[in-house]
Amino acid sequence: MRIRFKGAKLVDPGKVNAVKDLVVKDGVIESLIDPLEPDTEPDIQVIDVSGMTLVPGLIDLHVHFREPGEEYKETLETGARAAVRGGFTAVCPMANTNPVNDNAQVTRFIVNRAEELKLCRIYPVGAISVGLKGKTLAEYGDMKQAGIAAISDDGHPVADSGLMRRAMEYAGFFNLPVISHSEDLGLSRDGAMNEGAVATRLGIKGIPNAAESAFIMRETALAELTSVSIHIAHVSCEESVDAIRNAKKRGIKVTCETAPHYFTLTDEAVKDYDTFAKMNPPLRTETDRQAIIKGLADNTIDIIATDHAPHSLMEKDVEFDRAAFGIVGLETSLPLSLKLVQDGHITFEALIEKISRKPAAILGIDNCLKPGNPADITIIDEKSEYAIDPDTFFSKGRNTPFAGFKVKGEVVLTMVQGRIVYQRT
Amino acid sequence: MQFKHKDILDIESLSAEEITMILDTASGMKEISDRPVKKVPTLRGKTIVLFFLEPSTRTRISFDIAAKRLSADSISISQSTSSIVKGETLVDTAKNLEAMRPDIIVMRHSFSGAAGMIAKRVKASVINAGDGTHAHPSQGLLDLMSVREKKGKINGLKIALVGDISHSRVARSDIAGFTKMGAEVMVAAPGTMIPKKIETLGCQVADNIEACLSDADVIIMLRIQKERQQSVLFSTEREYSQLFGLNRDRLKLAKKDVVVMHPGPINRGVEIANDVADGSASVILDQVTNGVALRMALFYILAGGSRNANKV
Repeated sequence: MRIRFKGAKLVDPGKVNAVKDLVVKDGVIESLIDPLEPDTEPDIQVIDVSGMTLVPGLIDLHVHFREPGEEYKETLETGARAAVRGGFTAVCPMANTNPVNDNAQVTRFIVNRAEELKLCRIYPVGAISVGLKGKTLAEYGDMKQAGIAAISDDGHPVADSGLMRRAMEYAGFFNLPVISHSEDLGLSRDGAMNEGAVATRLGIKGIPNAAESAFIMRETALAELTSVSIHIAHVSCEESVDAIRNAKKRGIKVTCETAPHYFTLTDEAVKDYDTFAKMNPPLRTETDRQAIIKGLADNTIDIIATDHAPHSLMEKDVEFDRAAFGIVGLETSLPLSLKLVQDGHITFEALIEKISRKPAAILGIDNCLKPGNPADITIIDEKSEYAIDPDTFFSKGRNTPFAGFKVKGEVVLTMVQGRIVYQRT
Repeated sequence: MQFKHKDILDIESLSAEEITMILDTASGMKEISDRPVKKVPTLRGKTIVLFFLEPSTRTRISFDIAAKRLSADSISISQSTSSIVKGETLVDTAKNLEAMRPDIIVMRHSFSGAAGMIAKRVKASVINAGDGTHAHPSQGLLDLMSVREKKGKINGLKIALVGDISHSRVARSDIAGFTKMGAEVMVAAPGTMIPKKIETLGCQVADNIEACLSDADVIIMLRIQKERQQSVLFSTEREYSQLFGLNRDRLKLAKKDVVVMHPGPINRGVEIANDVADGSASVILDQVTNGVALRMALFYILAGGSRNANKV
């Protein structure tokens, strides 16, 4: 059975940007053809997507799915459903589950569950250190055979520079991307939001920008020392963007991501101790928000990831200092990112680079819209206007500061390996 | 005037008129504490819960006495007697308290924003008796009351605030209150104790202790919390006392009729010298006396008495 997507504008950065029909057969892209070209075989399902935009499947390098261990917050199934609804055909769940994904058994559990689910692709991220404790290296080779796509101690910085150096050298041997959660705990300890005017008014201990940027400088120094590339997770502030821009100028192999909340909100969103605006790194100031947008525009920031971090109300409906860090992001990322295009900061093609092409490159995947490639595609209605309603989320998490936000742009269909895994009703 | 707020959580949300009304009411209440029978029937039948999840003696007793002088029934709950120790969340504890229909909940908690969080969820009025490092509005208001009483006005005065501003809810409430009433507030402390962007609260940061105290009408010394030494805010108490302690010599920098205040408990010989604490400029104990009257006023106003505020 073949499927023909009819009438959409195909956008694949540097490859195609035109109205074409895309034909899928046996899970792969068969051809990109002129809309006027007749169907050669009778056995074809035609899906009219005229007026829509068809892009290579979106990839999120940074999610937390909580399974195994905290299934009440999110499971691989609910997380994957949220992913495909958000247009993502592949996601990378971080290792901070319980047990931690620091060994091949846990990796295999996640990979097998993903295969059963047949929703999006799930590329697990293995731990850098055993138990995320920053003491000894996890078994990267074993985990890679089981299916990890990268390593990270996300949520916990690797404080010991010597260990981080060895982790990078060892990971380089297996050609595994290394993702750094950059945070100097000595500077951020007990902090619950951005250090600045709002924190001072609210009496909340702040986390300074330097807690992030100083650590990033260490990571880029280690990348230079080891010649192994480093990917910096969730960049939130001006100094970090500058540090990465300088490192790139030096020719250091560094890539980085930011998340939609860092270019959409500031620490003012915390205003009345709103725990849904509490995440790590924290929302920063308007100066930082502008610097993030600039970094995206000049490609200092390579990709947009969500840092999708579902929590139940039990972790959020408590005193601000006690509340868990993190917000959900899979079902709000695309429309929030499209605002960058609508406001003229980046082109639509550049956005697709940041949410599909470059994450694919970091993972070593070719997801271009070309014949022979797996049919992983996302179809977007760029004109749909609506307000974000957390009650409609497929994720178990409702912890978002974007409830009621008016946005434009919605996923209408997500296909993974030729299977329609989400379709707007 | 009508008092429109259900709760008193911080000073920022009060207008200058409302503050004046509270201070006027408190001044009227003061005389009750000097009567042979220190009790009026005004709040008979009202229930006031003192929900203190952080150690406190002075503030809790001050609220308790204030409630009793107005004939309200007051019940004290502390951390160890609440179900919080059994793992109940703050919100659940508050909902259970609410189910017993108190009129006012006075709450102290070690985390900023806690009182506001509870206020949103209960019908009872909530008075924030100190939440983390955020606010302590009744202390701020009694400081305003004490200054107005001694100086006859607040507008145009220079207030020197010395000590650990970063970790002080009293400092935040004082800055908010005094600036709102037209005074100029200047703070001084080692850099470790000055939070970033403090000037956005409306105060100035002095370059040194001398500039801060110079020509001050009021000096408010903050308690140096000895446990803070572990978070590397200062080297030794000895050095702090030498550099920032209020002694007789430094006091001379201020105006002749300066008044010295301290929210207590004081560390004699650390932030304030013995002879200054007990000296003629000190109004530290007047603050404590005024605290009762001020808290009586808050109860009275929140319990609906603002319509006849003059008839006590």
